[in-house]
Amino acid sequence: MAQAATTSPVTVTRPRRARWQYVVMLGLLVLGVWSYRDTGLSFGTLLGAEGRHQMALFVRQMFPPDLSPGLLRQIAWGALETFAISFLGTLLAVLLAAVLLGGATRTLAASSAFSEAGSHGLWRSLRQTLRYGLARALLNLFRSVPELIWALLFILVVGLGPFAGVLALGVHTAGVLGRLFAEVLENVDRRPCETLQAAGANRMQVFLYGMLSQALPELVSFALYRWEVNIRAAAILGFVGAGGLGYYLFIALNLFLHKQLLTLMAAMLVLVTLVDLCSALLRRLLV
Amino acid sequence: MPLPPSPAVAASYPEWQSSRTGRFLALLFLFAVVASWRLAEVRPLALVQAEALHNLFAFASGMFPPAHSAEFLKTVARPVMQTIQMALLGTLLAALLGIPLALLATNSLSFAGPLHDMARRSPLAWVLTRLPYTCARLLLNLLRSIPELVWALLFVRALGLGAAPGVLALAVSYGGMLGKVYADILEAVPSAPLEALQSTGASRLQLVLYGWLPQVWPNMLAYTLYRWECALRAAALMGFVGAGGIGQQIELSMRMFEYHEAVSLIAIIFALSALMEWLGDILRRSLV
Repeated sequence: MAQAATTSPVTVTRPRRARWQYVVMLGLLVLGVWSYRDTGLSFGTLLGAEGRHQMALFVRQMFPPDLSPGLLRQIAWGALETFAISFLGTLLAVLLAAVLLGGATRTLAASSAFSEAGSHGLWRSLRQTLRYGLARALLNLFRSVPELIWALLFILVVGLGPFAGVLALGVHTAGVLGRLFAEVLENVDRRPCETLQAAGANRMQVFLYGMLSQALPELVSFALYRWEVNIRAAAILGFVGAGGLGYYLFIALNLFLHKQLLTLMAAMLVLVTLVDLCSALLRRLLV
Repeated sequence: MPLPPSPAVAASYPEWQSSRTGRFLALLFLFAVVASWRLAEVRPLALVQAEALHNLFAFASGMFPPAHSAEFLKTVARPVMQTIQMALLGTLLAALLGIPLALLATNSLSFAGPLHDMARRSPLAWVLTRLPYTCARLLLNLLRSIPELVWALLFVRALGLGAAPGVLALAVSYGGMLGKVYADILEAVPSAPLEALQSTGASRLQLVLYGWLPQVWPNMLAYTLYRWECALRAAALMGFVGAGGIGQQIELSMRMFEYHEAVSLIAIIFALSALMEWLGDILRRSLV
């Protein structure tokens, strides 16, 4: 775009990138065809008579949805449990992230205007760098292991049930939030902090009244966003036995109780939508 | 002792800090914490029980040395490759599904903005232009709100085990996400260039080709690449429900207490997603 704009209006030359773009797109397409052949996906059979029949049969088996009071009560509890897992998981993540944040934020850990009040020395700066590296590595580890795998691990430790789900969501999300929080705090306007420092505020006061007060709306916004992600994640933690609606879905599928599927999916949809609405409302109130 | 804020400062606070809403929210929050605590059966002490510590220790010591024999690597090579293929194909199909839905779900393409200033209006046309928009938005919401693993489970039941249901699950749920974001990108296009083109007498097709696409193309591509990176992580988990990829090996190794294999597999996922991020970066720079 920029290149095209600088050339004369009479002879509009294509940007040189364009040809390279075609090559890359073609490459991706070739890889796509290769994947298509290798994954055994076949639109021929999928959309052919056999595939259509199979899919239609499956869909027809789901009707009419099971709306018996017993199932509905079960699903209501499952939904509440899912909500609880996502809520506490996110809360735990915020707390964990806050603990690690002191180390993971460069402006808090390493020497900067913030820590200039303290003494300097090789040993001190080495220690700070080490702490920064360690906190970041920990956040990376938390983040890069998916929540389902964390759930398997915590089931091993605390047994089957929603508590393992809470821990799994908490740890994984702490990794995500910790990094986001650290970036927000690092990008805070430095001048209010320096003003506070000049007025004689101690480090805690500089942090609370200089940094946190600026960053808080963004931090809340990120936490709410992760809550929306976590309600979806909590809905599937039951697949591995970590509580919530996913467990009932897994059971219903494995026992061929197809009539329950539609009810369960509707419950999931309602739950997810409700949390999205809550989050939007809170965002409007708090941010 | 910090001084209480002056009235002028207090008035500048957001509403929730000084009003009844704040107290209500705080109470609600406390209630939610307590209720969730009970519902989720939280037992912090379970973490420090002898059995828990023993299991944790068994896991930690079982991790070493991580599996790296040639035999092990040979058995995981195929699932790893399959995971990559699932992510790639799933994202491609998702884009193919998302683009038409996004076009339908863009209000500025179907009834609002400079493209339609010249259009004639009748009640029927009003309904006809809004109906596809609403349907497309609803469908996108539906596709997006059901987690990809649930889609995978459904496709596995409908089509049988294998990588194909995993690809379809990714295509459907990521199609919903991509479609929604595409539509948002399309709606957020600044209309000034379009109006400039329009004032020179450009036709509607010309408006779309020369005013629209150049503005949205880079953003759409960048987001698709980002989703591709996410798709890899999702594809790695598809095996948990029997939809192909490396996930099956991970679950098996965890359940069979083969922690040294689990660690290697997780490390492979980690390496793959780092690789994908790097590749995505390169593609973004060369394409966008």
